[in-house]
Amino acid sequence: MSAIATRYEVVVGLEVHAQILTESKMFCGCSTDYLIAPPNANTCPVCLGLPGSLPVINRKAVEATIRTALALNCEIPEFSKFDRKNYFYPDLPKGYQISQYDLPFSRRGYLEFDIKGETRRCGITRVHLEEDTGKLLHAGTIDEAQSSLVNFNRAGVPLMEIVSEPDMRSADEAREYVMRLRAILQYIGVNNGDMESGQLRCDANVSLRPEGATEYGTKVEVKNMNSFRGIHRAIQYEIERQSQVLDTGGKLVQETRGWNDARGLTVSQRTKEFAEDYRYFPEPDLPPLDVSREWVDEIRATLPELPAARRDRFIHAYGLSPYDASLLTSARPMAEYLEDSVRRGAPAKTAANWILGDFSRLLNADHKEIQDSAIEPEHLAQLIQLVDSGAISGKMAKQIFEEMYRAADPGPALEQAKGSSQISGDAELERIANQVIAENEKSVMDFKAGKEQALRFLIGQGMKISKGRANPGRLQEVLASKLVNPR
Amino acid sequence: MRLFQRTIHDLHQMLVDREISSAELTESVLAQIEAVGEKTRAYLLVTRDLALRQAKAADERLKRKRDVAPLTGIPIALKDVLCVKDVTSTAGSKILKGFLPPYSATVVERLEADGAVFLGKTNCDEFAMGSSNENSGYWPVHNPWALDRVPGGSSGGSAAAVASGEAIAALGSDTGGSIRQPAALTGIVGMKPTYGRVSRYGLIAFASSLDQIGPMTRDVVDCAVLLQAVAGHDRRDSTSSQRPVPDYLATLRNGVKGMKLGVPKEYFVAGMEPAVEQSIRDAIGLFEQQGASIEEVSLPHSDVALPAYYIIAPAEASSNLARYDGTRYGFQAGSGRNLIDEYMQTREEGFGAEVKRRIMLGTYALSAGYYDAYYLQAQKVRTLIIEDFKRAFTRVDALLGATSPTVAFPLGAKTQDPVAMYLNDIITIPANLGNVCGVSVPCGLVDGLPIGLQIIAPGFREEVALRVAYAFEAATEFHKAQSPLLGAAA
Repeated sequence: MSAIATRYEVVVGLEVHAQILTESKMFCGCSTDYLIAPPNANTCPVCLGLPGSLPVINRKAVEATIRTALALNCEIPEFSKFDRKNYFYPDLPKGYQISQYDLPFSRRGYLEFDIKGETRRCGITRVHLEEDTGKLLHAGTIDEAQSSLVNFNRAGVPLMEIVSEPDMRSADEAREYVMRLRAILQYIGVNNGDMESGQLRCDANVSLRPEGATEYGTKVEVKNMNSFRGIHRAIQYEIERQSQVLDTGGKLVQETRGWNDARGLTVSQRTKEFAEDYRYFPEPDLPPLDVSREWVDEIRATLPELPAARRDRFIHAYGLSPYDASLLTSARPMAEYLEDSVRRGAPAKTAANWILGDFSRLLNADHKEIQDSAIEPEHLAQLIQLVDSGAISGKMAKQIFEEMYRAADPGPALEQAKGSSQISGDAELERIANQVIAENEKSVMDFKAGKEQALRFLIGQGMKISKGRANPGRLQEVLASKLVNPR
Repeated sequence: MRLFQRTIHDLHQMLVDREISSAELTESVLAQIEAVGEKTRAYLLVTRDLALRQAKAADERLKRKRDVAPLTGIPIALKDVLCVKDVTSTAGSKILKGFLPPYSATVVERLEADGAVFLGKTNCDEFAMGSSNENSGYWPVHNPWALDRVPGGSSGGSAAAVASGEAIAALGSDTGGSIRQPAALTGIVGMKPTYGRVSRYGLIAFASSLDQIGPMTRDVVDCAVLLQAVAGHDRRDSTSSQRPVPDYLATLRNGVKGMKLGVPKEYFVAGMEPAVEQSIRDAIGLFEQQGASIEEVSLPHSDVALPAYYIIAPAEASSNLARYDGTRYGFQAGSGRNLIDEYMQTREEGFGAEVKRRIMLGTYALSAGYYDAYYLQAQKVRTLIIEDFKRAFTRVDALLGATSPTVAFPLGAKTQDPVAMYLNDIITIPANLGNVCGVSVPCGLVDGLPIGLQIIAPGFREEVALRVAYAFEAATEFHKAQSPLLGAAA
């Protein structure tokens, strides 16, 4: 890659489609549940595009779009409208998609992300609102299927399109951008960030130009990536493919290519000569919208702390490294897990190490998220406490943690760890007590002189010697009896 | 007089007085449909069972004197562009053959709630595209005044039904004159309300920014009654207005004394038949006699309304009609080799020539590279037309002119010349583009064929148009003239 980078500058822009987590669809009252509901159960004349039906705008979806745009530092124009994007496809019941063309809800924002410890800023061209399409199910592969079924449960689900400027210069940057964007969408509660089920989708525009050139090269749009890894691999593949074409004196064609994750390559889908003319025009069924400043301010007031701000707080208040702080704030549940753990007494750095280390390793192996685990912040805090007090070793803690992780209920494993580590045996306690008495002559004298609180000090010394493992109650008994009745 | 010859307000009184039942009235109209239906071919579907069932229910309401509305028990025809739950609704197109909507249009629901009786679905030009009803995907409609002539279009079936006694009243839709022009050509009253006055939910769309549902009746009082029943905001149509609906009957009889009425000089278009022009001039004179002051006004952009309309309406239609691809409902060719081929065959066979012509026009006008020159330019013209009306209405209360430059023409006379056909709507189109309302009332006969007077009022001032129309009707006998099919039965 470095060889390529010295010859060509990589230019990447991303178009991210994010479904909005509203209860009802964009233009009708149907439920947005399309993953679980039986096929075509959540449909009505409006989202089926039946003759005579008319759309009505879902205000919540507009607010979610504006909230997203504000989180991405966009301008919100006072006037916006919907347009029709016309094309034929069986998953598009009206023969057009209601979208936004020249007057979207927002434009000119930016998103910052970190790459190799440096902060990069990528421009956001626009965030607009549209409706999702239905879903086709082919009886076999798309080329060979004799029939296809269509499920319109997804048709009309509100969908945001977030378009970036061509400001990214590598596959790494593109991946970071999407991770950061996903985090923001989750933080503000507009999207659940699920890429596998298609609730968050990403297309990439990739082009190369000779180092130092000012004109952009021929761009290729890559579609069908459904993971961060897929995005990275697809862009990387495309960079290498394009540079090979250019290196061998070939010419690139402007086209759309699909990413085949299993084969690890992109395949041409259509070229510019066959590109659709979408014949955009203003949607006559929906009046234009006046977006009042009061409304925008109301929406702005509902914005939570965003990942960038939280990251800074983690660095300054918790003393975390910028890298760790970035990782921890990349998903809202993870950041909240850390804060919860700290609230329950865990030192931030230690908790962060657990979350980013063993915990993430186990979760990743199972393709799970932190919120899916039964280990609560309270459990983690207690485990850390055991290590810090010296009751168990770091190595033991790792074993115990994994046991806790595997168990349906982490409680017993944690309790067992506490119990098994405790020293309650008389012989050992006596040995500790003797050592305490021998090493703290002055306190022993004080106690004998009637200073009750000297005993507390002596117990504390015993705990220290036992590395916290002594049963404090039993230790007190043994110490007291030795001091009162010295043998 | 036979029941089917009467007006809504007349029959309402008889129903309330229990002089007649809705069942009798409905039977009377159904019998007239039996008698003359083959001559006019006004209906695509007669919903006899539904009508009798509704009539029975209406009689219950009338008997108990509960929830009695002006339309309770009144038999009404619905243009086929209106969706009625579980009743075949095709917009006059073969591509929707057999389509059973799972829901009813808002206007249909409102009439149902009032206890109206639905006679059936009236014939129309396919997707309301036409001025003669000859573009119906099924069969042309014949004018009850002269069966070899067109009834006008696109609401030709509704107009013919009212003019022949096959309905007491009807609903039509007007995108460029489709209520007013057939009303004029069949000697009835027809009103295009202001865009946004009546909900379009459930109206199978032709051109979304222009379509408006309106009443077609035997006189102006009926027109006010029917409009009252269907007007008003509807949450399901975002373009329907939230303005309150006035009581149209309250000001109907206020007369025109002291009113200022404008006569747009541009509305006496080239090609207007002299007899039509004379009738309009006579009508203007009559208003003057009634104490209105008449003023010539100018709507300078009237000449470009027609071309602008034939960009905007087809552009919207090309998009609205994209959904008819045979995959979910209606006609499906079923012989395509692949998806695109199947789409093409379905649309090739399912749509008629005029619909295809307009889809092509509209698709072209919206295409990359042509949008600015056509669609955007047409929208600018539309703005100028809106301004024209605004300026005129600072000086006058309402405008007067002909509805159609000609009387009903023979079937087949203009089918080979689309532009000649389009010129039928030259004086009705500006009201659609200009966001104003207009009503056509009978103003005379020439050689046994009706002429229509058009009264245009500002946006959401339907009561003004109706008041002027009523003053004319009250002072004349024109609305009492009955078509041979209607009158001969007396």
